[in-house]
Amino acid sequence: MNDKLLEIRNLKTSFRIRDDYYAAVDDVSLNVNKNEVLAIVGESGSGKSALAFSIMGLHNRAKMEGSINFKGTNLVGLAPGKINKIRGKEMSMIFQDPLTALNPLMTIEEQIGEVIYLHNKAISNRDKKAKVIELLDQVGIPHAKYVCDQYPHELSGGMRQRVIIAIAIANSPELLIADEPTTALDVTIQAQILDLIRDLKQKMDAGIILITHDLGVVAEMADRVAVMYAGEIVEIAEVNTLFEQPRHPYTRSLLNSVPNSDEKQDKLHVIQGIVPALQNLPREGCRFKTRIPWIAESTHEDHPELHEIAPNHFVRCSCYEHFYFPDETEVENSGLS
Amino acid sequence: MWKFIVRRIIITLPQILLLSLFVFLLAQLMPGDALTGLVDPNLDPAQIALQRERLGLNNPWYVQYYDWITSALQGDLGQSFRYKMDVTDIIAQRLVNTFWLSLLTLIFTYMIAIPLGITSGRFNDTFRDQMIVGYTYVGFATPLFIFALLLLWLLGFNFGWFPTGGSVQPGLTPGTLDYVLSKLHHLILPALSMALITTVSTVQYLRSEIIDTKQKEFILTARAKGASESRVYNRHIFRNSLLPIAALFGFEITGLIGGTVFIERIYSYPGMGLLLLESISQRDYSVVVAVVLLFGIASIIGALLSDIILSLVDPRIRIK
Repeated sequence: MNDKLLEIRNLKTSFRIRDDYYAAVDDVSLNVNKNEVLAIVGESGSGKSALAFSIMGLHNRAKMEGSINFKGTNLVGLAPGKINKIRGKEMSMIFQDPLTALNPLMTIEEQIGEVIYLHNKAISNRDKKAKVIELLDQVGIPHAKYVCDQYPHELSGGMRQRVIIAIAIANSPELLIADEPTTALDVTIQAQILDLIRDLKQKMDAGIILITHDLGVVAEMADRVAVMYAGEIVEIAEVNTLFEQPRHPYTRSLLNSVPNSDEKQDKLHVIQGIVPALQNLPREGCRFKTRIPWIAESTHEDHPELHEIAPNHFVRCSCYEHFYFPDETEVENSGLS
Repeated sequence: MWKFIVRRIIITLPQILLLSLFVFLLAQLMPGDALTGLVDPNLDPAQIALQRERLGLNNPWYVQYYDWITSALQGDLGQSFRYKMDVTDIIAQRLVNTFWLSLLTLIFTYMIAIPLGITSGRFNDTFRDQMIVGYTYVGFATPLFIFALLLLWLLGFNFGWFPTGGSVQPGLTPGTLDYVLSKLHHLILPALSMALITTVSTVQYLRSEIIDTKQKEFILTARAKGASESRVYNRHIFRNSLLPIAALFGFEITGLIGGTVFIERIYSYPGMGLLLLESISQRDYSVVVAVVLLFGIASIIGALLSDIILSLVDPRIRIK
């Protein structure tokens, strides 16, 4: 279980806005092990996609600091020629929107064939085609031979997502990054795609980073969960621990925002405010402070750090010890912790 | 695929018919008619009236149109009073000249536009890009005839590298190598001066299209596959960016027609454009009608070509 596949240390990815750099991923450290699903959750703008793109080296003009150690190679600052040998082969990515992630002018065979060819230039056309058909079968596309010659616009969203998955798994990668793979799909297709990813994980023995804002997906798929807020990891724990004993105010707010059919609620819990824009982000103190203004200032740390409060359970800032929801009393809450 | 092309070609037939009607009616509105230039003003007006009646010029317009279109379909576009020749023969000579001029211009246009557009789009907002964009602005702002005059004066007159008029050096036998080379020599300057101006819109389209395509998600997919930067550009971005350029190809032909009118005048190059201008100023009625009709047909064919090219490169347009 503890085979480290990916080790990210103090990763900081900054984007240039006018003349300054702003970190979208700020001092993130995490590990992904073989045969493990690490879910990264957070609101829009929390930096989870930016983190995924950093790992894949897909940021064009970003400044990256820290290290991303993938099987002994530091991916930060790696020459394009070298990273291209890894991308698509040892690590690959499933994209969010199947409607736009495929080239509209290439047949399905050409698109899947390309990733096979790029990492095995000696392959014959016949072998390549056989491999494409095998992959299409594997991701559950019926009439694979026929689909080969089709163009993306002739396929449904779910089918296209399967094609994207086929591209991602074509070379049996050891690390698969799925960036909200089901967000653009309807619920029944979502379930099928998640089943598929779980199946593939078992077959390929790969590590998966699953980026999502859907806590249902997390509960179903993940082994461990990292919660991101404003570019930082605020809590990281095993999936059961996180759902049963969430600690950080942000994690608790997120979980509390999920509608629950068992309890009759008049109002859905809403986290106040929005994630601040990159330029306006407070870079000092607890970043979640502004969204829980009823919590006393003194409970936050000046320089919040991740504390290991239980084995493999890390929480940032000390404010979690004193956090309560506005409609609860503090006493009730302290009983919980 | 073939069905689409055949259908598309069938649609052009009524277009051309409608165009011919339109051109004919416009010509009717012109002062004078086919007889005006032919007759001696000292002739007896009664005689002229008689001739008009005999030639059918007093018939209602639809009868005249019918007569004209039926003979036009048989290749008889009437007589030019100025050349005392069949219009078909005059046009045949000129058409070849204009065809070569347009073809060479198109070749120059794309030879300039594609590398510039790609460089500009790929390295947008760099110094190179700014230079290219600067050139396109100058190109947009400069009227074609001024630019052509400048080139003519500079390269033709001052340096004497190119001839300043005509389509071929007199005294050469058609078919010999010297003749062909001389034709080409006469073509280069007019074609180049037209291409340098007409290319700017293509450069800008290509540039903005590449910048646009660069940010599409399937480009990320391509990068995530491990494709090198040059492969991403050549295989994914470039092809997708060429679609609107293919769509513009037809308009390019229409633009060329307008361009040749200026260019042929400036370089006194005996082509269709020059013929049109001369015929208009001399009221050579039947020639004007024929040339305008042919220009119109060329535009329609341009649009047809655009659609066919687009259907070849873009699978989404193919009708099954």
